[in-house]
Amino acid sequence: MKVELTVNGERVRLDVEPRRTLADALREDCGLTGTHLGCEHGVCGACTVLVDDEPARACLMFAVQADGASVTTVEGLESPDGQLHPLQEAFVAHHGLQCGFCTPGMLISALHLLRTHPSPSRETIRAEMSGNICRCTGYLGIVDAIQAAAARPCSRESGLSAH
Amino acid sequence: MKPAPFEYLRAASVDEAVAALASCGADGREAKILAGGQSLVPLLALRMARPDLLVDINRVADLTEVSLVDGVLHVGALTRHSALAGQTDHPLLAEAARWIGHPAIRSRGTAAGSLAHADPSAELPVVAVACAATVSVVGPDGVRTVPAADLFAGPLMSTLADDELITSVSFPVPSRWGFAEFARRHGDFALVTAVVADGVIALGGVSAVPVRSLAGEDVLAGGGSVEDVAAAVCAGLEPTGDLHASAGYRRALAAELVGRALRQAGVS
Repeated sequence: MKVELTVNGERVRLDVEPRRTLADALREDCGLTGTHLGCEHGVCGACTVLVDDEPARACLMFAVQADGASVTTVEGLESPDGQLHPLQEAFVAHHGLQCGFCTPGMLISALHLLRTHPSPSRETIRAEMSGNICRCTGYLGIVDAIQAAAARPCSRESGLSAH
Repeated sequence: MKPAPFEYLRAASVDEAVAALASCGADGREAKILAGGQSLVPLLALRMARPDLLVDINRVADLTEVSLVDGVLHVGALTRHSALAGQTDHPLLAEAARWIGHPAIRSRGTAAGSLAHADPSAELPVVAVACAATVSVVGPDGVRTVPAADLFAGPLMSTLADDELITSVSFPVPSRWGFAEFARRHGDFALVTAVVADGVIALGGVSAVPVRSLAGEDVLAGGGSVEDVAAAVCAGLEPTGDLHASAGYRRALAAELVGRALRQAGVS
């Protein structure tokens, strides 16, 4: 099936089998391997992307369902000149990642969290991020990073937009 | 972990979706409705389900409407859990929806999909039974209305025919309500869920389908205390133990959670 979607601001035309998940289409057909696949059945959260600004597990959507939609992946976070997104910088500064496998999903979920809860408590961060599993960090660094990103004035001004 | 091949139809209307279900069934092939996909797609990925055709209803207009009419909240089939959590007309439904999964699941999963999937541990089926919700179902022969309690036949089994589709669910708004559930991890399916809606007490996770406790309701109607009602509820329960929780633990949880839900509903 032919589908047309916007990925990180760029129009993309794909011809995919109906069973092609959005995650596989992003990775294999668009070459955007930043979206990671852990469990492939909607448990781990590693493949979380934004679809029309709402978080979605890209392994639980078929690419054909994203026809006409706007998708944001982790590659859409940094600015065109390579400047890291405030959330990415905070994850680096606060040891929010270790092996990095879960990080793309963490960053996208955190982006949505800060858009919907600009000044979240630690409890809120833990609740809202509970759909993303990390097997390395123990989560403290991740919670620290999200809180630090929320506290940055530039984060508030920019509304934490993806570039 | 890749789904087996299937044909895909993006239905533009309820009629088109029902016709596709019916013609697929007439050919002896299996068709499934694809709504939010948060339960179906994992089953496809694990190849526990291998339908020949997926009928995607996400682009069907008119299935996302939510309206309050005479104390009943009418919820279109495609209403996402996040929308249920955000509305204020039916506070019990909003509270229950907040307990479903995680943000990325609530943004996709749908009210009708949760009922049609008929997981006895899911939140919305218990709320539907507690509120005496009615489910509007469309099939080749037209529209029928099903009381929520008659929708569930067993774990992951509904009484819907293969060529039927839920179009909306009507939830009466209770004046007093309580909701309590317990899961080992945030966002997991609950081990036990207890819901109080006016004089009705319903539980999930203690049986193959969501159940009402008529014995508990009798004690509640007679002015019984929280402890007396909870004891009456538990006396009638015969949960089965599994790897997640023993039968005794589920019964103990039910007593505690019924108590919490009753107190939230203002019973002392």
